[in-house]
Amino acid sequence: MPLKTKIQELQKKREEVQKGGGDKAIEKQQSMGKLTARERIVALVDDNSFHEYDLFVEHEARDFNMDKKVLHGDGVVIGTGEINDEPIAIFAQDFTVAGGSLGLMHARKITKIMDHALKMRVPLIGINDSGGARIQEGVNSLAGYGEIFFRNTLSSGVIPQISVILGPCAGGAVYSPALTDFVFVVDKISKMFITGPEVIKTVLGEEISMEDLGGARVHSETTGNAHFYAESEQECFSQIQKLLSFIPWNNEKKAPAIKPKLPKSEFNIEKIVPGDPHLPYDIRDVVKAIVDNSDFLEIQELWAQNMVIGFGRINGETCGFVCNQPLVLAGVLDVDSSDKAARFIRYCDAFNIPVVTLVDLPGYLPGIDQEHAGVIRHGAKILYAYSEATVPKLTVILRKAYGGGYIAMGSRHLRSDFVFAWPGAEIAVMGPEGAANIIFRKEISSAENPDEMRQIKVEEYKEKFANPYVAAAKGYVDSVIEPKETRKLLIHAIDVAKNKGVSGPRKKHGVPPF
Amino acid sequence: MKNKDSKDKYQTLVVQGTEYKTLFTRKYENRKKWVKPNEKEIISFIPGTIKKIFVKKGQNVKKDEPILILTAMKMDNTIYAPFDCTISEMTVNVGDILPKGHKMVILEN
Repeated sequence: MPLKTKIQELQKKREEVQKGGGDKAIEKQQSMGKLTARERIVALVDDNSFHEYDLFVEHEARDFNMDKKVLHGDGVVIGTGEINDEPIAIFAQDFTVAGGSLGLMHARKITKIMDHALKMRVPLIGINDSGGARIQEGVNSLAGYGEIFFRNTLSSGVIPQISVILGPCAGGAVYSPALTDFVFVVDKISKMFITGPEVIKTVLGEEISMEDLGGARVHSETTGNAHFYAESEQECFSQIQKLLSFIPWNNEKKAPAIKPKLPKSEFNIEKIVPGDPHLPYDIRDVVKAIVDNSDFLEIQELWAQNMVIGFGRINGETCGFVCNQPLVLAGVLDVDSSDKAARFIRYCDAFNIPVVTLVDLPGYLPGIDQEHAGVIRHGAKILYAYSEATVPKLTVILRKAYGGGYIAMGSRHLRSDFVFAWPGAEIAVMGPEGAANIIFRKEISSAENPDEMRQIKVEEYKEKFANPYVAAAKGYVDSVIEPKETRKLLIHAIDVAKNKGVSGPRKKHGVPPF
Repeated sequence: MKNKDSKDKYQTLVVQGTEYKTLFTRKYENRKKWVKPNEKEIISFIPGTIKKIFVKKGQNVKKDEPILILTAMKMDNTIYAPFDCTISEMTVNVGDILPKGHKMVILEN
């Protein structure tokens, strides 16, 4: 056979396999408003950069008449490509082939590209769209999941791992995304749960739709399992490209620095924060008044909104922001917000991204539900994450910093490298009202007019303690600064800290409260 | 977040005696109120099905005597009397499918 014919044969084979489950299944996929696996990859990566591996892999199942079935590519597409001109590894489950179900060879393809990503030190992106384990392959399917989870853990903190949920992702399959760094979901398309509506109906007699049980909105707002929420697949891909523009390719690199830009003039740092500590404002406006071009990529925007986290650049360098949000629940720490901040701090620490903390909080959220939900255990995560982190840690106290909240939010005591405070900062063991009630209890109760006396004592306490100078006098705050100096001093601090070197006692690993 | 400009929606949150104006999240507003557990009620601790009932209304039972079997997740869970008591009320029948936290039996000392 001449080479030309052989080439034609290859072309024909490729074409056939790349059709996945065939025209009918593709039509069905499209009717659900979904792109196919290969269309997704093409839409996400740079033009003409994708190279597919293992196109001709075939499944090995022999039982239940599976030997008579042809499953193109065994239901998953793997390969490498580029995003923002840098290499990435990717897999995308193909729902048109046996519902994207995971069998032995399907899992082997995924673990092959995972091994490749780790060895090459490039980010791994996984697009999940699968009905779950391929039941006909029995325990081999379970082995496949286990091998994936193990590699997710092995790669954690070495390369960025991104999960994109573009279809169902149910049962054990959900644990791969849960082990990765960032989970992306799309409205009406993403569905994640351990036990589906059918089982819940049988066992409990309770009816719930897939959307209400584990849709994109639920995971973005209620459970915190998802980090980015999009209205369409295209928007989701843009979010991934943007995220990758902020983070380093592996744990031995720094995030790509770009040409510095000033924040937009519409964000005036002197006019955002009200002087009255009881009044709310949007902390994201302060972040936008600090970061280059006011460009802030918020993470987990809809979940635990009392804590704002995300990436922005200061003088061209990526920083991770951890901020109390007075607009929501007065910016208190609670179970969810502690969890949110702690994990993000650990991400930044693993990937050499300086952490900038903006503090304005009255303390922890009071409530029986919080205590019983384990706010002690969850709150401790934040202390652990800050204490453990060795990247540059820069803290700015804008207004209130009371009690345990003050300690937790990147204080000097957890080894922040720079602690700045604005002149309106109140660094104290608790708010003036609470403190006056305790310290001057006798004076207040024995006064002729207790309310009047309480007010006098509150003012007295405010005067003496509700300021940044008591902490500054002890060196817990390095500098009391004007708000407009914030960006300039953060640039200075990042510059000073760029060769930071610290080391702790030798250990295998710590035992964080998770 | 859509609630940014809705100043009229500000609620008051009290932390250590100080009142703060702020927005509440849906999760915070929907949080469950705590109720003190009543030891005279036997509540399903897991969703499941009533497989068998050993006692009748009005019957006197000794501590650790079996009251019923609740089958859940392919496992039979026998529920025993927590103390010497009289069955004041049985609110379930064999075959009932129950959610977690359902009141199954009321006891009297």
